[in-house]
Amino acid sequence: MTFDRRTLLQSAAALGALTLAGRAWAAPQTNTKLLVVFLRGAYDAANVIIPTGSDFYYHVRPNLAVAKPGSRPDRPGLEAVALNGDWSLHPALKDSLLPLWQKHQIAFIPFAGTDDLTRSHFETQDTIELGQSIHGTRDYKSGFLARLAGALTGTKPIAFTNQVPLIFQGHGAPVPNQALNVGGRPAIDEHHIALITQMYQGDSLAAAVQEGFHVRDDVYRAISRESDAANRGAVSPKGFELSGRRIARVMQGGYNLAFVDVGGWDTHVNQGGATGYLADRLGELGRGLVAFANELGPQDWHDTVVVVISEFGRTFRENGDRGTDHGHGSTYWVLGGAVNGGRFRGPEVKVEQASLFQNRDFPVLTDYRSLFGGLFRKIYGFDAAKLNTIFPSAKPVDLALV
Amino acid sequence: MRRRFGLRAISLLAGPLFLASPGLASPAYDAKTFLLLDRLTFGATAAEAARLKAMGLNNWLNFELHPPAKDNLPPQAQSEIDALGLKPVGVLVVDFTAKVKALRAITDSDLRIAAGRAYQQELNDCARETADRTLLRDLYSPTQLREVMTWFWFNHFNVQQYKADIRAMLADYEDTLRAHALGRFRDLLESTLRHPAMLRYLDNASNAAGHLNENYAREIMELHTLGVGSGYTQQDVEALARILTGVGIDLSPTPPHLKPAQQSGLVRAGLFEFNPARHDYSDKIFLGHKIKGRGFAEVEEALDLIARSPATARHISREIATYFAADDPPPTLVDKMSKTFLHSDGDIAAVLRTMVEAPEFTAQAAHKFKDPVRYVLSAVRLAYEDRVILNTQPVQSWLNRLAEGFYNHDTPDGYPLVSSSWDGPGQIEARFEIARQIGGGSAGLFRPDEPGAADRPAFPQIENALYFDGLAQTLRPATRAVLDQAQSPQDWNTLFLSSPDFMR
Repeated sequence: MTFDRRTLLQSAAALGALTLAGRAWAAPQTNTKLLVVFLRGAYDAANVIIPTGSDFYYHVRPNLAVAKPGSRPDRPGLEAVALNGDWSLHPALKDSLLPLWQKHQIAFIPFAGTDDLTRSHFETQDTIELGQSIHGTRDYKSGFLARLAGALTGTKPIAFTNQVPLIFQGHGAPVPNQALNVGGRPAIDEHHIALITQMYQGDSLAAAVQEGFHVRDDVYRAISRESDAANRGAVSPKGFELSGRRIARVMQGGYNLAFVDVGGWDTHVNQGGATGYLADRLGELGRGLVAFANELGPQDWHDTVVVVISEFGRTFRENGDRGTDHGHGSTYWVLGGAVNGGRFRGPEVKVEQASLFQNRDFPVLTDYRSLFGGLFRKIYGFDAAKLNTIFPSAKPVDLALV
Repeated sequence: MRRRFGLRAISLLAGPLFLASPGLASPAYDAKTFLLLDRLTFGATAAEAARLKAMGLNNWLNFELHPPAKDNLPPQAQSEIDALGLKPVGVLVVDFTAKVKALRAITDSDLRIAAGRAYQQELNDCARETADRTLLRDLYSPTQLREVMTWFWFNHFNVQQYKADIRAMLADYEDTLRAHALGRFRDLLESTLRHPAMLRYLDNASNAAGHLNENYAREIMELHTLGVGSGYTQQDVEALARILTGVGIDLSPTPPHLKPAQQSGLVRAGLFEFNPARHDYSDKIFLGHKIKGRGFAEVEEALDLIARSPATARHISREIATYFAADDPPPTLVDKMSKTFLHSDGDIAAVLRTMVEAPEFTAQAAHKFKDPVRYVLSAVRLAYEDRVILNTQPVQSWLNRLAEGFYNHDTPDGYPLVSSSWDGPGQIEARFEIARQIGGGSAGLFRPDEPGAADRPAFPQIENALYFDGLAQTLRPATRAVLDQAQSPQDWNTLFLSSPDFMR
């Protein structure tokens, strides 16, 4: 007897929900593909989605502030790019995110974050990934995307990480994780696959082994198409731009609930302004997101929602090292072909000293669980009881993002 | 591995190692012996089996539970460790701190960035060399159980290398854990409390009167001792945080300036310092006990309370049983171990002995899915026996690929000990790829990690004496049938290391 998930999937519609390795396979509730991008290290939101309407910003960031739109006709590349009267975009994102903004395909949610006040990266990343109330005991085996996968039928989750991340840790079937930086053809060939499959017959891991070969093939297929492109003389992308393309290709193979993390945002020292370290990281991130959208193509991009988050924002004032320290409120991004973008969502306050949280950071006016809860309600049509299984005791808010 | 010696199982402490051999299929070792040989080490080898046979099971077990202080590594492994030239933690941390200061003073930003990169590289080297040393010990030390328990305790008292300068502290932290790995839990606990790696990682170095940081206080109770849901409250966390104020790190060669009345309360040992000027001297109520405010003695009193609590005995016993025996260890097994823990005042070796002598252990441990560290190390040990590898980099990269790299777990809870974290579809497939690399040739293990070094000839020998004397007879029929179809030794090795039998 052999297991073939594709055959099972085909028959699933006729049979109703079918369980393989503990996961229910059935027609999905929605065509939407969701990708969560976690910027680990707390990106400096105030210098990316910039409150250029605030004099206070320029007052407290003498070295880091990015020039107001229109203020540097000599070097327009060093100016922030106006989004509205209050906010502007970092120039490193002009070629990538600005077109999306103009097409109303990206929305920004300023003053977003958690009620975790530890200002600890690990602690707050955990808080977000677990999506549990910070009051009470943590269950490290229950991430919120794992709970989402459990609440949906027909979901095919994947983490583009070396390790199954906390957000996908669950009590149910294990979520495949596949790092994107593994190059080359898998060395285990058809001959080995047949023999290994034979060895696992009747073993409790038989289904996982078969699933493993499928995931591996899906990812390898996605990656090998790249070398075809390279053969035609295309420039090979690097870093997150390459990841963006690979993620798109893998998700086109049917994965509809995905997670990836991008590190390097903990800018305590010399983070730069319009140019420099943070600008370089941003440029790469923006190119990766656009590469992802382009690779998907208009139809799939229309069905895709990307949420970009980070554990917290950074101190609103620059520190003595031309950097910023751990803060509180951040700015989240929601992108997709059918997102109600081109605008800011969620409550805002005027950016001035009096509105800073603890006279130090952006306040949090939109809780991450409320945001995701509202989004899930819209995308997946969850009722209150079902949402409560994903974010117990959170209050979902509808930010009209989709 | 799943070893089917059921019919021939012989009691642990009395059984002969060699059985009357009516035919080819009879193993040379009984099931229990094999289980201990495989589970109390980083994987059974022919050499370890021979050592056990020569000593007798009882003596071997005593030796593993009460090893001599000295390493006694094979000369090749010892010389590779000596060549690393790891410096004492005090020197390293002071050096690195001076470097950061110098770095900050560089005004040219390009030069400063370059110096910053060099600084990070040096810290990375510290961590890599520490992992190098640990892998050589794990693969070749005859005191295997001490090395296994050192990994276990590092994971239990986890720190993550990339926070601040912890990379410079790893080697010393590991040595500290290793010295207490089979000793008394109370001593082990205090040795971590006094270690700069822990004080840095869980932020107690910045916990002071008036600037309370609860991070460490919470984790000591939740993760290190009592366990979640054992009854302590947020008030207890705050009380312990106040008790722990002033417990920190001091890099200065001279003691801090203190008022005369505070001077007698100062405690300094290496980088550890209890600074009375940072301590909250008020009385505390902790776990229902009144703790009189009087300085470091409060910390000792609090550690006595939590280390000797039945909740701690249960929590630690359950964790050890989860690691060695089963994802969900039988309550009867945990009970026996907890009793020993309490009666022996937290004697770790005694708790381990209770575990291995329990029938629940024998019944379950052979089915436990190996975590990546056990999987990779047991494969390399089996493939090369006592032939010491010349480069641990391939092993480190396999462990990283399988997401259980040394010192890499971000959170204080350590790597998970249950199978569900390691047997995901993508992860098993990655094991097959690594099985192919280990089984297919020397995989870079015998090419020293230096420019221009030549690969020394080596080939993995899994079909060795151990295999014929015992392993072969334990395999499931499906595995044996597939191995018979192997087309080459490389193929055979790959399939054997990929087998469901070797995953356990």
